[in-house]
Amino acid sequence: MNFDPRFSGRKFASVGTRPIRPDGVDKVTGRARYGADFNMAGQLVGRVLRSPHAHAIIRKIDTSKAEKLAGVKAVITAADLPDLTDGDAAMYDILDNCMARTKALYDGHAVAAVAAIDARTARQALKLIEVDYEILPHVTDVDEAMQHHAPLINDTIFTEGLEEKPVKPSNVTKRSQFGHGDVHQGFGHADFIVERSFKTEQTHQGYIEPHACVASVSSDGTADLWVCTQGHFVYRQHCAQLLGMEASKLRVTSSEIGGGFGGKTHVWAEPVALALSRKAGRPVKLVMTRDEVFRASGPTSATSIDVKIGARKDGTITAAEATLRYSAGPYAGSWAEIGAMTAFACYKLDNVKTVGYEVLVNRPKTAAYRAPSAPMAAFAVESAVDELAKELSMDPVDFRIKNAAQEGTRSSYGPVYGPIGIGPTLEAVKNHAHMKAPLAKNQGRGMACGFWFNFGGQTCVDLNIGMDGSVSLAVGTVDVGGSRASLSLVAAEELGIDYSQLKAIVADTSSLGYNDMTDGSRGTFSSSMATISAARNAIKILRERAAQMWDISVDDVVWEQGHAVAKGEKHGNLGKLSLKEIAAESGKTGGPIAGHSELVADGAGVSFATHICDIEVDPETGSTRVIRYTVVQDAGKAVHPTYVEGQYQGGAAQGIGWALNEEYIYGKDGRLQNAGFLDYRIPVCSDLPMIDTQILEIPNPNHPYGVRGVGETSIVPPLAAIANAVSNAAGVRMTHIPMSPPRILAAIEAERGG
Amino acid sequence: MVEVTLWGALGQLAGGKSKVEVEAKDIRELFRKLAEQYPGFEPWIDRGIAVAIDGVIYRDTWSKELPPGAEIFLLPRLAGG
Repeated sequence: MNFDPRFSGRKFASVGTRPIRPDGVDKVTGRARYGADFNMAGQLVGRVLRSPHAHAIIRKIDTSKAEKLAGVKAVITAADLPDLTDGDAAMYDILDNCMARTKALYDGHAVAAVAAIDARTARQALKLIEVDYEILPHVTDVDEAMQHHAPLINDTIFTEGLEEKPVKPSNVTKRSQFGHGDVHQGFGHADFIVERSFKTEQTHQGYIEPHACVASVSSDGTADLWVCTQGHFVYRQHCAQLLGMEASKLRVTSSEIGGGFGGKTHVWAEPVALALSRKAGRPVKLVMTRDEVFRASGPTSATSIDVKIGARKDGTITAAEATLRYSAGPYAGSWAEIGAMTAFACYKLDNVKTVGYEVLVNRPKTAAYRAPSAPMAAFAVESAVDELAKELSMDPVDFRIKNAAQEGTRSSYGPVYGPIGIGPTLEAVKNHAHMKAPLAKNQGRGMACGFWFNFGGQTCVDLNIGMDGSVSLAVGTVDVGGSRASLSLVAAEELGIDYSQLKAIVADTSSLGYNDMTDGSRGTFSSSMATISAARNAIKILRERAAQMWDISVDDVVWEQGHAVAKGEKHGNLGKLSLKEIAAESGKTGGPIAGHSELVADGAGVSFATHICDIEVDPETGSTRVIRYTVVQDAGKAVHPTYVEGQYQGGAAQGIGWALNEEYIYGKDGRLQNAGFLDYRIPVCSDLPMIDTQILEIPNPNHPYGVRGVGETSIVPPLAAIANAVSNAAGVRMTHIPMSPPRILAAIEAERGG
Repeated sequence: MVEVTLWGALGQLAGGKSKVEVEAKDIRELFRKLAEQYPGFEPWIDRGIAVAIDGVIYRDTWSKELPPGAEIFLLPRLAGG
């Protein structure tokens, strides 16, 4: 690769405009095909039997009766998915999560699966499978799981990261620590100290489309998988490894995606569908029910966080400290570690220390959820920051501006920042009309900041120029938020052609080189870099072809606004050659014209946002209503501003649901009590005001256009912004998310009583 | 010779050091030398370590050069949503 990713500061013709997305008409007319919309001849229906117990040894599974039922074509258990992970602990956990081997580790853990001719037969077959469980004590609460007397979920796990190697196994899989300076000394210099403990409950990404796939394994060992995913290349790698296949023999096609937000970065049902198809010799369609999505896919962590921040009278923070405990489900994770890294990332701190603990519980395996782990840490920190500003009698925005990180600041997670946007987002909020709008009785205003790293990764793009001059762009990052439109704009910008001349698709795994998944806010950042590179490679060929057509040296040909132009006095009589004219002659000048790019897009710029929220609290019932909400975020460069605004609004909407309503509720039996959208209430349009947005553009120096990822940061501030607003409205500090009506009412009554 | 700052868990594997010095021209050589000096690092490198060079985080570009005098931080490889 010889590609210079540095920001060039160019002027744009296409980038920054707002054309209609290429997948828009299909999506609003119902033609778009999602995971469950694909069907194959002879297809069977797959269904999964799940543990009703939170923690139990699987003594025996008898599938004989189910196998004898007419219409049943395959029944599988863990025995049909042998351990081929070769010591790879992370892959073994994925395998065990797809199909429990010796123990059921949570309510909903898969223990067997069937493929039958129809759904009714499949359901009947599940009832005929006999599982002999030995029920074990369970633990679902993150704090309880850390107690010495807590039931042990995995007796082979000893806490990593302790100074002395532990002699006893534990539910705490890892301790991590970040920071610099001396917090003890820093607190000694503080005039005011705020110290609080916070909790957040477990939430689900709440994507509208359940997990769905169709798997078809041929008798020659090759296979096809049609699936709803954020990363079909990663799914191919994982499925191939778990089933003992060569990756090239498994072709994975990603469907349109009805939301993922991190929850579709892991395989859950896909290896099971492939194993069923392999055994049955027929295609198998497996679609999770909503109940299964809640019980057995990957929600985010529940957390318990202690924060301590000290400041001098002049408003300078002298020290900041946090201890963060994150639930990981029954398998090891690094969720608290990320929380510990992000917690104080917005601030310039001389003395800072964060410690994270990863905690096993009998709940589903935690998965990423949009800026994973950062929203909970921000909730705790930004709540304490607000409280400290109040103690200091300082405006909360001014207090944050005084302590905001800037270029050259050592981040709380280690490295020194380059150019960053926290200061500008705070200034924009300070000057925003929203901050000056009057509030009515029982209404409160809150604001908060948020940070996310963003990252890039392996990326591959093909750009093919047809003989009619139209351009097809094949990318490998799944389009979760309008990236096909954004990447078409980027290709149009580079080639100097109109957006309407381009068609972007997401290519399957057999048609394009490997791509990491669409996560870490990397889709547009990474694939735009590869698209720029591919377009520039195509332009090099276009110049060569034009030189042939003119019979001059390629060194005398430049590319300007979609045309080859001959430079130099001796070529003064030559007119321009358009891309279309060059393409039409391609058969006679060397064949098809294409540009390819394979690169690692590193150097994603970090991202900051500041949100403002107005909320009304009914002091009699504890119910809340969001009155007004504003998002201010740095995008680096908004390639398609409408979809950037959509990401900002979507993150805020999910954050509002998380802050006010959403939570996994477990009974004493360790079973999930609210596995459906009636009892697990995500916000709908009527719950939300118009979410206002303001895009700031502080260029990322490591992208040719200055692009930063925008998909995740917008969910980081809402929990805290809303908690600050509710606290101001209700007159009592809220420390437990979600702030559901009963919790708010209890806090108000406790304050009145106290 | 570059000075590399370790995060907590790696520091413990390096005998409690928070900084180590390594003769390396790029990330690939850095990881190789670190694994030689501190065998406990190897599983961490296999699982994935990100390298921040003057504040810019690199996860996969092992060919990235380490400029003399650059600030180099090792960080856990992150998950995203």
